Amino acid sequence: MTAIDDRTEAEAAARAALSPERADYPPIGAYGLVGDGRSCALVGRDGSIDWLCWPDFHSPSLFAALLDRRRGGRFRVGPVAPARRIVRRYLPGTAVLETVFTTDDGVVRLLDFMAIRENVALEPLRELVRIVEATEGAPEVAAIFAPRPDYAGASAAIGDRSGVALSCVTGEGAAHLVTDFPLAPGEVGARTGRLRLQAGERRAFSLTFSGDDPGVLAPVEEADATLARTCAYWRGWSGRCAYRGRHREAVVRAAITLELLTFAPSGALLAAATAGLPEAIGGALNWDYRYCWLRDAALVLRAFSDLGYQEEATRFIDWLLHTTRLSAPALKPVYDVYGRLDLGERTLDHLEGYRGSRPVRVGNAARGQVQLDVYGTVVMAAFDFVERGGTLDTDACSYLAGFAEVVCRQWREPDDGIWEVRGPRRRHTHSALMCWTALDRLIALADRGVLAIDRERAAATRAEIRNAIETQAFDPDMQAYSGLMDAPALDASLLVMARTHFHAPREPRLSRTHERLRRELGAGPLMRRYDARFDSPAQDEATFCICAFWEIEYLARRGEAARAERQFEAMLGHANDLGLFAEETDAATGEARGNFPQAFVHAGLVNAALWIERARATGAEREGR
Amino acid sequence: MPALTAIDLERFLVWGLVATVAMSAILEGSRRLHWSRMSLPFLFGTAVTDTSRLASLVGFGLYMLGGWVFAFLYAWFFEAIGRAGIWLGAAVGVLHGAWLLVVFLPLLAEIHPRMATARTGLTRTRRLEPPGLAGLNYGTRTPLITMVGQAVYGAILGFGYGLG
Repeated sequence: MTAIDDRTEAEAAARAALSPERADYPPIGAYGLVGDGRSCALVGRDGSIDWLCWPDFHSPSLFAALLDRRRGGRFRVGPVAPARRIVRRYLPGTAVLETVFTTDDGVVRLLDFMAIRENVALEPLRELVRIVEATEGAPEVAAIFAPRPDYAGASAAIGDRSGVALSCVTGEGAAHLVTDFPLAPGEVGARTGRLRLQAGERRAFSLTFSGDDPGVLAPVEEADATLARTCAYWRGWSGRCAYRGRHREAVVRAAITLELLTFAPSGALLAAATAGLPEAIGGALNWDYRYCWLRDAALVLRAFSDLGYQEEATRFIDWLLHTTRLSAPALKPVYDVYGRLDLGERTLDHLEGYRGSRPVRVGNAARGQVQLDVYGTVVMAAFDFVERGGTLDTDACSYLAGFAEVVCRQWREPDDGIWEVRGPRRRHTHSALMCWTALDRLIALADRGVLAIDRERAAATRAEIRNAIETQAFDPDMQAYSGLMDAPALDASLLVMARTHFHAPREPRLSRTHERLRRELGAGPLMRRYDARFDSPAQDEATFCICAFWEIEYLARRGEAARAERQFEAMLGHANDLGLFAEETDAATGEARGNFPQAFVHAGLVNAALWIERARATGAEREGR
Repeated sequence: MPALTAIDLERFLVWGLVATVAMSAILEGSRRLHWSRMSLPFLFGTAVTDTSRLASLVGFGLYMLGGWVFAFLYAWFFEAIGRAGIWLGAAVGVLHGAWLLVVFLPLLAEIHPRMATARTGLTRTRRLEPPGLAGLNYGTRTPLITMVGQAVYGAILGFGYGLG
């Protein structure tokens, strides 16, 4: 082992790591996700943690090189020599990320994870553990710890805590780094070091966070025990996954990703782990997705329930029905993890944005939008929950019943639609469809005696909505349902029509709509969300991964298991090397776009996989096997 | 030196409680506002148990008891010099705060069974962040907030004990 603690070299390493020459941005899909159900971090292929917000998902960042390579802050551990080969994976059934770098000097293995704790003994509030070891040869390893609190807007001073830890004060507490890796002061606000490891030798980093109290630190000697405990937790969790089909690995990964994006204290599910990643490179559509969109509700609930995660499904429905009461009887499209509506959108003008995509936004102003489809998704989630054996309390039933009145009154009104299109509000077919769904499921719940509504009025309005969709939304020239009630336009969100039971999957109008969508919006297994008549898409708008999974589910519901499976497998090819999806994929380059990883897409993947299994089972039954 | 029997038991108990409650509100409030991470109840509690939730409860009990112990010493001091009042109490409180920061916290770091220090290093049992000089590790505003909290504690005791 050779410790290189020469100040000049350390400074040079720090400069190299933060210099403009390295201001290249990795692809969005190049990141891995680690988390603990309260916060998460994105780890790049080079071993750099470029995104971490503490103490919670929606807190300001400690590292944000994802949004500004020079200013954002990072925590990199990796080989000094260029890697000839980088192989990543999650340890099977866990959220522990392994990166193996092969260099001319040897092989370096890096493990990254957030510790799962029981909160009984004196333990850190949050802990990110990094274990680096040489598995072959004698590779030299470099580390740079460059925190930049509050989205790189606050002081980046690093203090020494009596030689036991390095600490960085943030707006909501302090982060403490404990390590047996030699780190020396580099540039302002950075500690850097290099160390040559012999095969079998390992070093650990424990980055912890304390909020209101004096910090509880974690000795690096505990890293292996923490790793074992965290692996055991995740293996126990993933072992409960009821899916036993041929795509189990992808489904388990999607389920773990959903769990990583679930805020454990409230059961809320974030749309994605990040803020400010662009839908189009260099564009201005850079939103903060660390909030909870109600449109995800039904999809997520089914994914958890049908995978056997009833406790998670119950937690989610509890969050859904209790926190959304803050805006009752109206529903808003987006809430924070505690159900609050004031999400205070602002721009971070000091950050250059991912590949210059500005402005970087944090917070979200979507509360001002009107999306009538959310009534359908919330009611459908509650219905699915009851259908799978869940019970709703009296307050929840009364709250849900109140939606019948809102839907009957408002379904004809224009809204911003599921895609949150900018410009004047219009009457969206998907919104009408989901209003129909809300009434249909409320009537079903009333018929079962779960809740009480004005059934006659609800049934009359349901019929009225169906009639409107059939007469106003089906365009005879297109031979397809239009996404707009008053003009022809293709919209892939109508692929959920079979799931809502508005039509049977093989109903001719729905089949023709699907054919048209595939022909005009499809690109391989991928699919764009709408055509130019619906809204002027950005010039280089990418395809929406959720649309592809909607289509696969639709095909499986039609009984076309083989075709659905082919498309499913082709879609898996668009995940990154770890099985993670962003919101969008550029059909031409295959690059991920938008915030990453996105929960909605992973829920879509799970539902599609489940329906493929059902379709195969039904097909096998039909063939008498 | 006044006889201990000269101390008005009822007044020191009542005003000791009021002063301790006011001081703890200031110190705990400053934590909630992220002005300082110093929490004497947490430090006291973790000296007794390594169970986080229990530590907060036990620590708060010890902290309240400590408030009375010091109230008794303040009362004894007021009796000794034959007067008490807001300003005198506040001055004693500032002195008390300075003692806490300069003498008590470094001593606590050394004797606390779960605090890491430069001498002991970080171990499986000693895992608490040390306070550093004048508690500055817990935030740069810690000395100021401690002095203000102690001054308020002393002022309330001085006022209350001076009544009648």
